[in-house]
Amino acid sequence: MRECYLGIDVGSISTKGVIIDKSNEILSSCYLWTEGNPMDAVKRVINELRRKTEEKNILILGIGVTGSARKLIGRMIGANMVRNEITAHAVGTLSIFPEVRTIIEIGGQDSKIIILEDGIVMDYAMNTLCAAGTGAFLSSQAKRLGVDIEDFGDIAVKSGNPVKVAARCTVFAESDLVHKAQSGYKKEDIIAGLCNAIANNYLNNVARGKKIKAPIVFQGGVSKNKGVVKAFERTLNEKIHVDERGHLMGALGIAILSKESDLSEPFSFQITDMKFETKGYECMNCPNNCEIVCIYKNEDIIDVMGNKCERGLEQFYK
Amino acid sequence: MNNKTIAFPQLANYHVPISFFLKHLTDCNILDTPKITKRTTELGIKNSPEFVCMPFKYNLGNFIEALEKGANVLIQAGGGCRYGYYYEVQKQILKDMGYEFEFYTLTETDKVAIFSAYKMMKKLNPKLKFTKYLYYLALTFKMIHYMDKIDHYIRKNIGFEVERHSFENLLEEMLEMFSRTKGFFHLFKLYHRYNRLFRQLKVDKPKNPIKIGVIGELYTSMEHYANYDLEKLLGKMNVQVKRFTNITYLVITKRFNNKKLLKICNKYCKYPIGADGMDNVARVITLALEGYDGIIHIKPFGCTPEIGAMHILNKVSEDYKIPILYFTFDNQTSIEGIRTRLEAFYDMIKMRRSK
Repeated sequence: MRECYLGIDVGSISTKGVIIDKSNEILSSCYLWTEGNPMDAVKRVINELRRKTEEKNILILGIGVTGSARKLIGRMIGANMVRNEITAHAVGTLSIFPEVRTIIEIGGQDSKIIILEDGIVMDYAMNTLCAAGTGAFLSSQAKRLGVDIEDFGDIAVKSGNPVKVAARCTVFAESDLVHKAQSGYKKEDIIAGLCNAIANNYLNNVARGKKIKAPIVFQGGVSKNKGVVKAFERTLNEKIHVDERGHLMGALGIAILSKESDLSEPFSFQITDMKFETKGYECMNCPNNCEIVCIYKNEDIIDVMGNKCERGLEQFYK
Repeated sequence: MNNKTIAFPQLANYHVPISFFLKHLTDCNILDTPKITKRTTELGIKNSPEFVCMPFKYNLGNFIEALEKGANVLIQAGGGCRYGYYYEVQKQILKDMGYEFEFYTLTETDKVAIFSAYKMMKKLNPKLKFTKYLYYLALTFKMIHYMDKIDHYIRKNIGFEVERHSFENLLEEMLEMFSRTKGFFHLFKLYHRYNRLFRQLKVDKPKNPIKIGVIGELYTSMEHYANYDLEKLLGKMNVQVKRFTNITYLVITKRFNNKKLLKICNKYCKYPIGADGMDNVARVITLALEGYDGIIHIKPFGCTPEIGAMHILNKVSEDYKIPILYFTFDNQTSIEGIRTRLEAFYDMIKMRRSK
């Protein structure tokens, strides 16, 4: 029986899962849309991984969960490692590119930069207060232009003369875009301009004040877009590495962290048959009105989150 | 007792000494301004200009809730940035909302002038003697000084407490006793008693814990509600925290420290850049030299002095190899983003240490 570890990355847009063995080799992976329902997405990921590994005779010794829904999912499936996506991404990427100095990550709603030195995270930053220059912006503009987001990169690369689009703010970028479209620019030039705007926005906001050194690895959903990759290469004058497993780095990293943690408990795939439910209510004990989130597993309460003080818990733990 | 009811905005635990001061020098009622809650911020946000800094909104919310509870005399302070204009603007907004009240400011200039504050107190209590005023002013500041000293110890150790809430409970008890201070000698005895009690509380502290310094804008760094209990979150991660900003510093120490701080940071900052901007640059250098592992810089959205300092801090961070995490607080209520960043910061520090 092979000893394995499961890593799950539950993002706002997509949910990723990998199974690795002791030497960090990916045995099986899965990538699908979260569709606003992380619990269901995780069940689907686990089901798919189970199907893919049925013949391999594996034993899962630990589970790691990362991504924005990590707390909920971690409780739900009894993970032994729940960690933030920055650490997970750094660990995952290091296992594939040990020399990496800069990780650029642009996802659906957030973007981050991680600076490493000798395999150690030295600095990081994440977008704050604003989602300009993330995947969500690109996909909404793709819709406006009537282009499939998957084709965006291929169209952008064709352009010889990208238009200039304001990069600071999504709303202004959009009005710029409308103006350019109405003045009759070619679609590919506009799309290439957008890709440049994403890169510039990222470098001006998230990476502001950080020294970007090669080798640079680019990850996250937006890294699949060749236009943005090209825009980064042009601006930074460095080669940008995009791995085809780039979208799995978070899941891979958390699986490795789970392997390294001392706690471990065997896990069965039965979890997908259980019923999970989240109920929210407002605690009325003071004017804070905390939104208390309760997680139920087969009608039994397994966790309560969201309380600012102990009073919110009283009625659950007596 | 006359029919005046005084209220002032909440700031951490400082309502204890301020109430004490007002209670002894006037015969007005002192209203306990309701603690900041979601409702306070909602009221403040609704009635404030959109782009004003966050402390303004919180203070305004405090005032509205106090007026609802029957306050008719409001007191506001001021400082060397937009804070200096809070008084004027809040007065106008509250008047426009139809409330009737008297409004005083402690700082007609950007310094807490002993005489102008006396004049203000004289309006509240015409019979007030200057000597009595001086006595209680000194006593109140001594109390604040002791509170800040205890706070300093708490921040260093609360992350390692053995019994949950033991520090918080003792602090509450201490504040209760402080509010009943009878004089300098009594206060002195109280301080020593509680200082001893705090040091007797069991802590399980490793030899070389992770140490993080908290710097930034004064209100957000001091008021726990405004920074989402950042220090508590750090405590739960078993981190030793140090913060310089407190009332003792802002009102007393700061004016004697300017030259010293400028000397520390003269490579980066040759003159004060408003509010605590330059101070924060100097503090990062001090903390880096003291062997701190990282710095958390907090500011409300749009805080100009701190934005100025941030760009200088980037350079300091690079030269002294100390990581700085920046937080900008606004009206968003989700704590998850903050938790994620804090956790990543903690992981990063741990990784850097293991090198």
